[in-house]
Amino acid sequence: MKELIVFEHIYKIYQMGDTEVRAADDISFKIHKGEFVAIVGQSGSGKSTCMNIIGALDVPTEGSYYLDGADVGTMDDNQLAEIRNKMLGFIFQQYNLIPKLTVIENIELPLLYAGVPKSIRRKRAKEVLNKVGLSEKAKNLPSQLSGGQQQRVSIARALVGDPSVILADEPTGALDSRTGREVLEFLQKLHSDGNTIVLITHDNSIAVKAERIIRLQDGKVVYDGPSNVPEAVVNPDIPIELQKKNTEEGGGI
Amino acid sequence: MGIIQSFILALKSLLNNKMRAFLTMLGIIIGVGSVILIMSLGNGMTKEVEDSFESMGTQSITVTLTGRGSTRSYTEDDMYDFVEENRNVIEAYTPTVNVMATVRPTGWTEDLSTSISGVGEEYLTVKSYNTDQGRFISYIDCYAREKVCYVGAYYNSSEVYNGNAVGSTLKINGDIYKIIGVAEEITDATDEDSSDNFIVIPYTVALRMSRTGTVSSYTLLASSEDTVSQVKQIMLNELYATYEDEDAYSVMALAEVLDTLTSILDTMVVVIACIAGISLLVGGIGIMNIMLVSVTERTREIGIRKALGAKRRDIKLQFVIEAMTTSLIGGIFGIALGVIGADAAGDLLSMSASPTLTSIVVSVGISVGVGVLFGYLPAKKASELNPIDALRYE
Repeated sequence: MKELIVFEHIYKIYQMGDTEVRAADDISFKIHKGEFVAIVGQSGSGKSTCMNIIGALDVPTEGSYYLDGADVGTMDDNQLAEIRNKMLGFIFQQYNLIPKLTVIENIELPLLYAGVPKSIRRKRAKEVLNKVGLSEKAKNLPSQLSGGQQQRVSIARALVGDPSVILADEPTGALDSRTGREVLEFLQKLHSDGNTIVLITHDNSIAVKAERIIRLQDGKVVYDGPSNVPEAVVNPDIPIELQKKNTEEGGGI
Repeated sequence: MGIIQSFILALKSLLNNKMRAFLTMLGIIIGVGSVILIMSLGNGMTKEVEDSFESMGTQSITVTLTGRGSTRSYTEDDMYDFVEENRNVIEAYTPTVNVMATVRPTGWTEDLSTSISGVGEEYLTVKSYNTDQGRFISYIDCYAREKVCYVGAYYNSSEVYNGNAVGSTLKINGDIYKIIGVAEEITDATDEDSSDNFIVIPYTVALRMSRTGTVSSYTLLASSEDTVSQVKQIMLNELYATYEDEDAYSVMALAEVLDTLTSILDTMVVVIACIAGISLLVGGIGIMNIMLVSVTERTREIGIRKALGAKRRDIKLQFVIEAMTTSLIGGIFGIALGVIGADAAGDLLSMSASPTLTSIVVSVGISVGVGVLFGYLPAKKASELNPIDALRYE
């Protein structure tokens, strides 16, 4: 399989007063095309930093990040915007739809910034809206939709530009467990269609839906491997027996 | 993202906040409105002045002799000779002697307030008046100091002689004068207060009445507008040769007075319009203020747009166009206000105060310029937001 995301010794270091914060401390991994990877960690583990770098919203202090062969770490603002537009599809915890735009207009936004002509934009947006099963809501405003529906719109928006990577940041965080499950099932379906999905979460029970888990702690990778082995959900600070029990009950750590 | 798309987006965003948009525009509306109103009134005023000067004749030149500081004098005969020598450029001339006198038409028990002056036989040509009935004062009348008078159309009205003015008499300072001619109407409203209420008598008679020896004022009519300055110059030369003192006389061409007046008016209008323009500046600052608020309010939206691939340029364009749209719409309302205001003010002051195309184009240009100028800073601020911080903004 083709290497899509390559992290080579990524460091992200912030200076907070006198103290140095190492949000990413020598992180290296590779994600191949068609993979479904969950990046897991508690708050402060560096997963948000990882997401920002993968999402081309931020650049590393040190190290190299290649997205589909392009060296993203050295790009300027405009090039990063282009990468975000063409290669990445974002799904956010808070959906992040623009409230005054209709559902279809929200979905069209990435194509708008890509300079796609209006007729093609509309056609493409309708296709993905149909895919997430919300065709009849095209003219509605986001505020007229339920949380689950809004998240499906945001998935449609992530899909519309046919990106190389779908980056989902706590996609179920604001949803009840049933709708959360539906969204995850949808992501799994997208994966089975051949999409590359990177899921960022703090919740083990969600992370196990992916086929591979990268666990971060204190800015370092502490586990990188399949999700269906007990070690995948191990937190070294908590006795393993207790963690296993929690995971089996479907709870997070 | 295209400009049209940004424009539609800006319109939508304005419609979402109608009250705020209107209040933001108010400064521009008032600014543009008052600039147009003032410029229209200024134009009307200038036109009014020009018209009234034109009716007096832009070819006429007024000569005033004070004799100050000189023992020499310039007589009517000197002037007569001068005019005859220069007939190629001077079409007509008349002495003017102002008279303070009481006038009482026959059968009246009280005096009529009117303007009387003593003039020469070419006065009608100088003033470009036409005779309705009878004849004008002749050279002989002047020479023989005949007690005759020529009157305005008012004297033929029902209030005075009711069409029988010619041949009738009236009393000036108690002396009886015979009316020999009546002028055609000068204005539509022929009444006591109009310029149709005038009496002219031979200047020789007027001189005797006012107990002054010589004529101190003349009006010359140049053969065309092009020869006005030439006539003025030769007149000045002639007078200098006599008095050898520039303080002893003055020669004024109406066209020059008109030019001076028009330029004073223009300057005045521009100055007042500039003062009104200050409100445009204030309006612009209002737009900038609201745009800054709007950038803060929409920080998250900016973050989303950036995450979805909007470049700095796209964000900047969006906010600049929004500011520009606000001020442009404000400008259009302002033009409407200015045009309606100018129309109303014109009616009120009974003059034509129509806005010129220039003032409208300039106003629209300025209001768009204000939008771009004052929208740029907030737009730049928006475009430079870090997408991560913007996305996290609550």
